[in-house]
Amino acid sequence: MEAKKLNLADIQKIAEQEVDFERAYKYRINVCCSSGCVPLGALKVLKAFEDAVKELGVDKECKVARTGCPGTCAVGPAVMIEPGDYLYQNVTPEKAREIVRDHIALGLPVKDMLYKNEAFYKKQQRLVLRNAGKIDPQRIQDYIAMGGYSAIVKCLATMTPQGVIYEIGTSGLRGRGGAGFPTGQKWGLVARAHGKPKYIVANLDEGDPGVFANRTLAEADPHAILEGMLIAAYAIGAEKGYLYIRSEYPLAIQTLQKAIAQAKSISLLGDNVLDTGFKFDVELRFGAGAFVAGEETAILASVEGRRAMPRPRPPYPANSGLWGKPTLIQNVETLANIPIIIQNGGAWFSKIGTPRCTGTKCFSLTGKTNNPGLIEVPMGITLREVVFDIGGGVPEGRKFKAVLVGGPSGGCLPDTLLELPVDYDSLTRVGAIMGSGGIVVLDDESCMVDTAKFFTEFCVEESCGRCTPCRAGLIRVKEVFDAITQGDARVEDITTLEKAGVYIRDASLCGLGQTAPNPVLTTLRYFKDEYLEHIQDKKCRAGKCFKKEEEV
Amino acid sequence: MFLSKDDNRRILLEKTMKEHNYEESALLEILHRAQDIYGYLDKELLMDISQSLHLPPSHVFGVATFYSFFKLKRPGQHVVTGCLGTACYVKGVDEIMRAIESEYNIKRGESTADGKLSLLVTRCIGACAMAPAIVVDNEVIAKATKEVVLQRIKEVLGGEKTESR
Repeated sequence: MEAKKLNLADIQKIAEQEVDFERAYKYRINVCCSSGCVPLGALKVLKAFEDAVKELGVDKECKVARTGCPGTCAVGPAVMIEPGDYLYQNVTPEKAREIVRDHIALGLPVKDMLYKNEAFYKKQQRLVLRNAGKIDPQRIQDYIAMGGYSAIVKCLATMTPQGVIYEIGTSGLRGRGGAGFPTGQKWGLVARAHGKPKYIVANLDEGDPGVFANRTLAEADPHAILEGMLIAAYAIGAEKGYLYIRSEYPLAIQTLQKAIAQAKSISLLGDNVLDTGFKFDVELRFGAGAFVAGEETAILASVEGRRAMPRPRPPYPANSGLWGKPTLIQNVETLANIPIIIQNGGAWFSKIGTPRCTGTKCFSLTGKTNNPGLIEVPMGITLREVVFDIGGGVPEGRKFKAVLVGGPSGGCLPDTLLELPVDYDSLTRVGAIMGSGGIVVLDDESCMVDTAKFFTEFCVEESCGRCTPCRAGLIRVKEVFDAITQGDARVEDITTLEKAGVYIRDASLCGLGQTAPNPVLTTLRYFKDEYLEHIQDKKCRAGKCFKKEEEV
Repeated sequence: MFLSKDDNRRILLEKTMKEHNYEESALLEILHRAQDIYGYLDKELLMDISQSLHLPPSHVFGVATFYSFFKLKRPGQHVVTGCLGTACYVKGVDEIMRAIESEYNIKRGESTADGKLSLLVTRCIGACAMAPAIVVDNEVIAKATKEVVLQRIKEVLGGEKTESR
């Protein structure tokens, strides 16, 4: 497609046209076709809706759209009908026809197919996921109609780069990749750094097993990420951005490829963005299955085509990043927050969440929970609200045992900590981390020793091998776990675990090693009785350990 | 593997390398493409890439072996991948994997002797809300059970049981 030369006012025009176009339809059927619902048959459901509206002659008043994820992955395929946000669950092609007949043709929502779990959405606040499940991620016009790209227009037309950084600073936004570094401060560092060109790396290497928030975001609203990159580029003076995505996410890759091509075709990306002289381009880079590549110096090595091995800091990437040039590395969830902050102002954003941790956070809620899915909650919500109110507690009448926050380098927290507010500082205090936003609920069928062993094995495999504490220390920890779960351990081994954990945490080079002992240290802190039971009584109350070779 | 200049697959690979200006920084993209084209990365192919990009073979081998997504052995005709992410583990994917292992007498990471079936593991495909997930020839089986997975594998293998070793 030939790139159309558009200017700032044209975005507003596209939005108005699209809104008029949408208004012609009385109903809109949003069929979730993200990675969650597709294995459950979403594409057949989409086809069934398209056929049904034609057959029943309502295709002039009802639009069928292929959208991203509304978050309710447990009851997919999920379908939302607007107006009214009627959410249908477990839709099949047969049910699709019934829904079109009753809801669209006759105006009577099919009550017994509706998603009844109001609690799932009640405590959520969807800012980053504002468009998820509502727009067609493959149509840039859908995003623009929802006010998309108006923030970059506002920046280019009315704000200086310093003004943008000031606004982000005021918002109090902190990096959503896990460490929680203040975003405005980071942008200021890169903007002031000497050296040209400057780069942006958007991190979508969601390596934490059990986390799919970034994938869902990319599949549901790719342009929000691109707009965030554009605004960041304008603020720090970068001309080139790399979006690093893991290759395990084929649908997210396709969606982003299409989004980038569309943005280029209407000159939102390229040598002369919206005829303002501002230049910015985005290229996708594919990961290849390395957990450590999410670490900021490792991701740089990977983008440069090398092994993803971290290096010591300083120098920080803000001064010496890609090819030694100043580089801004930002998680895609952080970037997706940027457009709404520019639209509504930093002061507005700073009132959401808690004073020290503003805004919201997306979490993948999985494990033994009644409502697994993708959620977005204001910072400071308690774990109890997440696990029991939104998650609906533990299924099949089993008993809640622990909640694992922060992925394989997070912490296992017991029921006594359920009142803990979810924010960077509170989580770190109890030995967990925010990480990239994984919350896994464990019930009494899970053995805490086995869980800690599982994560240790993960980190052993994913350790890049560069520094000794992580490479050798974790193997020693794993050996102790093998002994405990085979009945060959002594009580003193617990001290070995504690000591090794602290050494690895304090002496490792990068975030992987520094946080890898977290599951071990937290389970020792909160579930020591289970360790003692394993060692002294050779008993595993969940029945996971002490299996003989032939059983394994 | 045929690396002669007029082999179609080699031409596709050359085109990709050219698009990236034979740049060192595009090594991962080129390895991805090579694996798409050939199915896996064998020694000859990696040597060829290292020569084309003017990189030491040690560098190319280092990168190819570092990332778990790159396959260095020829995969079976049919590939079953078990997701060993946290959510799937908590939901009992290990039991399903063990069932496949004993049914086909292979271990994870291996292929059957007749090359019909490979059993691989991955760390999270992001289908956590529908855990446990098993991928059979690019089709994700959500909320998988032993019975469903074994049945599906049987179907893709055409009903015939592969030779056990």
